[in-house]
Amino acid sequence: METLKKEKTASTKQSTKRISGAEAIIHCLLAEGVDLIYGYPGGAIMPLYDELYKFQDKLTHILTRHEQGATHAAQGYARVTGKVGVAVATSGPGATNLITGIADAQIDSTPMVCITGQVARHLLGSDAFQETDIIGISTPVTKWNCQVTKASEIPEVLAKAFYIARSGRPGPVLVDITKNAQIDEFDFSYEHCKGVRSYNPYPKPDIKAIKEAANLINAAKKPFIVFGQGVILGEAEEQLKTLVEKAGIPAAWTILGLSAMDTDHPLNVGMVGMHGNYGPNLLTNECDVLIAIGMRFDDRVTGSLDTYAKQAKIIHFDIDPAEINKNVKADVAVLGDSKVTLDLLLPMIKTNSHDSWHNEFKKKYEIEFDQIIKNDVYPTKDRLTMAEVIEEINIASGHKAIIVSDVGQHQMIACRYAKFKQTKSNVTSGGLGTMGFALPAAIGAKMGAMDREVVAIIGDGGYQMTIQELGTIFQNKTPVKIVVLNNDHLGMVRQWQELFFESRYASTVMVNPDFVKIAEGYHIQSKRISERKDLKATIQEMLASKDAYFLEVKVEKEDNVFPMIPSGASVSDIRLK
Amino acid sequence: MEDWDKEMEKKWFTISVYSENSVGLLNRISGIFLKRHINIESLNVSKSEIDHVSKFTIVVYTTEDWVRNIVGQVEKQIEVIKAFYHTDEETIYQESALFKVASTLLFDERNIQNIIKDSNSQIVTVSRDFFVLSKTGRRNEIDEMYQQLKPYGIMQFVRSGRIAVSKSEMKISSLLKEFNQ
Ligand SMILES: Cc1ncc(C[n+]2csc(CCOP(=O)(O)OP(=O)(O)O)c2C)c(N)n1
Ligand SMILES: [Mg+2]
Repeated sequence: METLKKEKTASTKQSTKRISGAEAIIHCLLAEGVDLIYGYPGGAIMPLYDELYKFQDKLTHILTRHEQGATHAAQGYARVTGKVGVAVATSGPGATNLITGIADAQIDSTPMVCITGQVARHLLGSDAFQETDIIGISTPVTKWNCQVTKASEIPEVLAKAFYIARSGRPGPVLVDITKNAQIDEFDFSYEHCKGVRSYNPYPKPDIKAIKEAANLINAAKKPFIVFGQGVILGEAEEQLKTLVEKAGIPAAWTILGLSAMDTDHPLNVGMVGMHGNYGPNLLTNECDVLIAIGMRFDDRVTGSLDTYAKQAKIIHFDIDPAEINKNVKADVAVLGDSKVTLDLLLPMIKTNSHDSWHNEFKKKYEIEFDQIIKNDVYPTKDRLTMAEVIEEINIASGHKAIIVSDVGQHQMIACRYAKFKQTKSNVTSGGLGTMGFALPAAIGAKMGAMDREVVAIIGDGGYQMTIQELGTIFQNKTPVKIVVLNNDHLGMVRQWQELFFESRYASTVMVNPDFVKIAEGYHIQSKRISERKDLKATIQEMLASKDAYFLEVKVEKEDNVFPMIPSGASVSDIRLK
Repeated sequence: MEDWDKEMEKKWFTISVYSENSVGLLNRISGIFLKRHINIESLNVSKSEIDHVSKFTIVVYTTEDWVRNIVGQVEKQIEVIKAFYHTDEETIYQESALFKVASTLLFDERNIQNIIKDSNSQIVTVSRDFFVLSKTGRRNEIDEMYQQLKPYGIMQFVRSGRIAVSKSEMKISSLLKEFNQ
């Protein structure tokens, strides 16, 4: 694992050398600073695996237990490091198994390069063994993809793949390499990609728009910031904080923006969206200027668009021109990298404070605390709640852990209640809502941040979608902490059935196996608790462990997550029960 | 009425896409329409006024909100340089059609000769068995000619996708320069 931390330096241009396409792939990866990849072998990618064997001292390959796991691990790695995650698979079923992770990376803007093997050039289109049109299949869910049929094309295509994956609004790229291209030899040399003629990843900031934004912000009586992952991807956390403090603006986050700003910052007023906080949702419809930074007005954030912030002037900072006016019309659009545009904005911002406006958020928080948070975090009932588990992790980790959550009630609870001091610390599947994401993503997150505590929060349903990755954890001795919040239900779907389908619980009851025994089968230290008196000590024991640790917490079976904006309703119609 | 079904606001739009000439790009672009359940009414791919730059001309019948959304997504594709959309009033546009008709008609039916003259179409070729007429114009003109010839029997008919140029400028060369500064 020590080698993971070492920075690989490579000269921009290497001298020419005659090597196979497969070896060339390795040199390309090394030149791009990659020292860790995830994958699964098979026929059409075997020449590459043969080279991975030879280069194992320079490039670590982690064998996951399913190709989907490889993509999520690469995503987890990318999300905590900001570097490009890499996943490798064979042709046919290996390649199709990558699709869920690729779609997830696409909608959550995660830089990832996937390399798939393909049948030999002369067999393309012959329905050869394990031939599948992965280029056709992956096109709608990749930022870019490309098939390579000649060894000599490998360096240029891979250089372009990494450049595209990480530049501008990041995203997944798939490179499909035929077997002959891996085997054939050619004169290798490598040049980093510095640009693609038809691609403009960093739109030039428009000073006029930034001035207009500054004027609106300076004149605002009730300004409100909503920030998303664009702040993290642009590494503009400091700029955001300065803006918030200088102008005295309450700021809320989308689920992917979480951890870009200290959760305890006085002006951090919480989460927007379906299960977000009461104040920021309600007050979205009372602010006079809404400043959206690196977020895309997802429907889970806005609820009904017809009643979303209609009273407010909207300022939208984003790097992707296609996001401007896509869902919400912007009065002022500021295109560009968030760090660059905020740096230009800050000198134009007047020092200000909006105490009585900020107070409205505090008042709303009190209502939410009384009716929801208190009962979630400090319950008086017998059974454990999900929120008190998260709170105990907050306390024991000192707000310093990386939290990787799966999808469902436990995810909403984790994101609502987890505390963060440091950016890039919340890893979750936001846009796609992929159950099964967390366990493999936690592996990648841990390998990307070996010096940090990584805690996966998973539901009993989602856990069983990628549970086989316990094998990866066991084999690699990856010290992740796994917490399954077991309500014996597909809880989030059950909640919807209760609220909107008259409690007809169709297929949401889970008869679960003995999770502790399963973890033991993988030789992972494990424990099950169901009582409050055991919670604190067990969480402490888990976090104190140097090795992987599995903890199953039996929680209340039929709790609901509130507040809630019913799907398609207005943010003003947020329900407290 | 649902947002996506604003029948009254639908119009004809011509989308012009300047791009690299690369394998798979057509699939990538058409997928953007597929994802939104919007039909492509006509499609034409050709070279453009700039060396090594291709031009897609795509016709859709939809709302302006959707066409703006689509153009944004199309333009975002790595190999697309720029995409524009225009209404019919903002473009000069045409389609071409070929009609294959039995030769006997040319000699036996006086009316056929009038149709050829009135429609401003051209005889491309004449052989013993058939002759081929070509007609370029607006779609309704081609439809009209089709209706006129139909009673006599059309052996084969084909019409091209719309091709269009905009009245306003599409500054691709300067854009390319700006991208690559
Ligand atoms: C792959 C996938 N399939 C289905 C869903 C729909 N879904 C969303 S939440 C959920 C229930 C999750 O149950 P569990 O993992 O036990 O978490 P809980 O809500 O109980 O905390 C389901 C089925 C999904 N998000 N992803
Ligand atoms: Mg559950």
